[in-house]
Amino acid sequence: MSSHKSSRKNISNLHVPEPLNRPGDTPDFSNLHMPDLVSDKTHTLPRPDPMVDAYETEELASGLVRVLTLDGRTKGPWDPKLDADTMRLGLRNMMLTRSVDKRMFTVQRQGKASFYMKSLGEEATAVATAMALKDTDMVFPSYRQQGLLLSRGYPLRDLMCQVLSNSGDKLEGKAIPICYSSREKAFYSIGASLGTQMSHAVGWAMGCAYKGTDGVSCAFTGEGATAEGDFHYALNFSSTYRAPAIINVVNNQWAISSFQGIAAGQSKTFAYRGLGFGLASLRIDGNDFLAVYAAIAWAAERARAGGGATVIEHFTYRKEGHSTSDDPSKYRAKEEPDAWPLGDPVDRLKEHLILIGEWDEERHAALEKELDAFVLKAYKEAESFGTLTTETGINPRTMFEKVYEEMPSHLKRQRQELGI
Amino acid sequence: MPKNNNAKQMNMIQAINSALDIKMSQDPDVLVFGEDVGYFGGVFRCTAGLQEKHGLHRCFDAPISEGGIVGTAVGMGAFGLRPVVEIQFADYIYPAFDQICSEAARLRYRSNGDFTAPITIRSPMGGGIHGGTSHSQSPEALFTHIAGIKTIIPSNPYDAKGLLLKAIEDNDPVVFFEPKRLYNGPFDGDLNKPVDSWANHELGQVPEGHYTIDFEKARMHKEGSELTILCYGTMVWVAEAAVRETGVSADIVDLRSLMPLDLETIVASVKKTGHCMILHEATRTSGFGAELSALVQEHCFYHLEKPIVRVTGWDTPYPHALEWEYFPGLERVSKSIIQMMEG
Repeated sequence: MSSHKSSRKNISNLHVPEPLNRPGDTPDFSNLHMPDLVSDKTHTLPRPDPMVDAYETEELASGLVRVLTLDGRTKGPWDPKLDADTMRLGLRNMMLTRSVDKRMFTVQRQGKASFYMKSLGEEATAVATAMALKDTDMVFPSYRQQGLLLSRGYPLRDLMCQVLSNSGDKLEGKAIPICYSSREKAFYSIGASLGTQMSHAVGWAMGCAYKGTDGVSCAFTGEGATAEGDFHYALNFSSTYRAPAIINVVNNQWAISSFQGIAAGQSKTFAYRGLGFGLASLRIDGNDFLAVYAAIAWAAERARAGGGATVIEHFTYRKEGHSTSDDPSKYRAKEEPDAWPLGDPVDRLKEHLILIGEWDEERHAALEKELDAFVLKAYKEAESFGTLTTETGINPRTMFEKVYEEMPSHLKRQRQELGI
Repeated sequence: MPKNNNAKQMNMIQAINSALDIKMSQDPDVLVFGEDVGYFGGVFRCTAGLQEKHGLHRCFDAPISEGGIVGTAVGMGAFGLRPVVEIQFADYIYPAFDQICSEAARLRYRSNGDFTAPITIRSPMGGGIHGGTSHSQSPEALFTHIAGIKTIIPSNPYDAKGLLLKAIEDNDPVVFFEPKRLYNGPFDGDLNKPVDSWANHELGQVPEGHYTIDFEKARMHKEGSELTILCYGTMVWVAEAAVRETGVSADIVDLRSLMPLDLETIVASVKKTGHCMILHEATRTSGFGAELSALVQEHCFYHLEKPIVRVTGWDTPYPHALEWEYFPGLERVSKSIIQMMEG
């Protein structure tokens, strides 16, 4: 052989996976690893008893649990059979989240905040989770679950002041925008080091089990950060100690510009990874409010009853950029968000409510208007506490506080050095 | 050291075990976990008997996953427990580094006090046991560089117990390094002498009950007038032997608590003696000695009669066969003292 390039066919080649659609492509999801959505197959997956042996969830981990059909009906054993008021509240919470996102994105574009992250298209994953859990169950968000906070009634003004890093910010400008924290709302401090919160959730759940409470913890990561060791630590520890935790993987297809296949490799689904650790595992339609609600309720029941953790992959789509700092048209087909075969979570729940005669276009439009006004009013109030570009109003002394419980002498000296 | 009639002879392992036992008895929120710490009682035996006495769910084995051990401890701490975890060797703490630096250290700050991580991370450190590159390291400077964590290194059984009890009760994350060469006795770096035992030493007399030692408070190990030696852990005993051998009159300051640091004691001593030597087993460049040297220069410049001298491990990995050429032992420290005081 004259060259290292062999003529053999069975030689290994470095494989770098590429997404289905890049800029300029016409979006085509026909090769997406997903069951046939038109047939009823995804609606006939069984809903086993929550205390089922973990390995019996295999078809749920490789399939796709759904409740809402694409034409707005409910179908199959996973239907949580929520009453119309609960579904309308879910719709409202998702629309509120969307409205807040729209406002804060604009605020960032106006230069009044350094950063923001929208959750457009993924609202159901957070909102339905919050509604299916108890308000005291600690959630460990990544950074796109503002819907959890908003569903639990966190004051809009407080959320916005955090994004603006102003004198109304309860965190005194210590954390970057969107890294909210609220023990009161059982919403764990967001750190933004990806994946690190997963083992905290397991530790928290171990605490619940140790103390014999009926609490569960509920963690979120994007599919990209499942590649972090922390994800595997969380799965391993929750399996070993049978921790009452819910481990959510929000597979929104994109980790900034890297498509999900970069983290997935040759794996069948992200949910499937849970099975390797002996954990119950589900892949669900993340744009289906009712499926998310049903799956979280199932996992919470399992956890509370001592059945241990569940891994839930929410199959969804990130309709906007990762954050205000990237332009998705540079790495994916522009039309991809609208071509996503599982639709939009707000539209789908809305259509269902209309179909069953519990909602209509007029009420929807009125609610949208009402929420936008409500959000704008809260924003005006928040802005009165300052913005990043005006005066934050944060006392520089606070910089040295809360590093430790009590300030050590070297920090006191450094504070003096700053002249305060 | 306060007189205590209930003192009992203990080595450092027993003193650490006693601290854990007392805290677990007092506070049901204290849990101990780590690799091999449960039934077996730890590779250095520090947790021996704790599982049997306090139950399987209070002292248990963890998967070989340092990041997972610290990560779950942070979550437990936030929940309201007080986990004490063991990282089997300081050399293996790096997989947990992100959890310590990005999470445990920052949780209080970024949440503005909403969540905290009152956890203690125990880990045997240092050389002298033929551990080579992977069982001998002294990574303390990596942790003193991180705002939000405390770094403690005891040099004897009495301090180990009092400082560990303090660490567990502290509401901040504490990295607690245990110089493993000191577990069974003070070690002065002279290999030719028979192994000393804590039984022969007053710092091996440890009260059986509860007591704490404050952080940010150095211990004056020996007092003198001509030289200040700043040290901690194993090097305290090397310093003592070198002072004895050279006959120099020296303050030996056992820092004990690197972060927070007792600057007051350091400055008072150097102003008194006008000479400052810094010892540590860790590699020199960017070691904790660099920080100490800078602080002494900033605060004592006009009192210094000679340049500050550092005697440390070399800037190499900890070698196996050449362990004693790496270790800043009695010979090197004595030689440096003589050079400094006569030069």
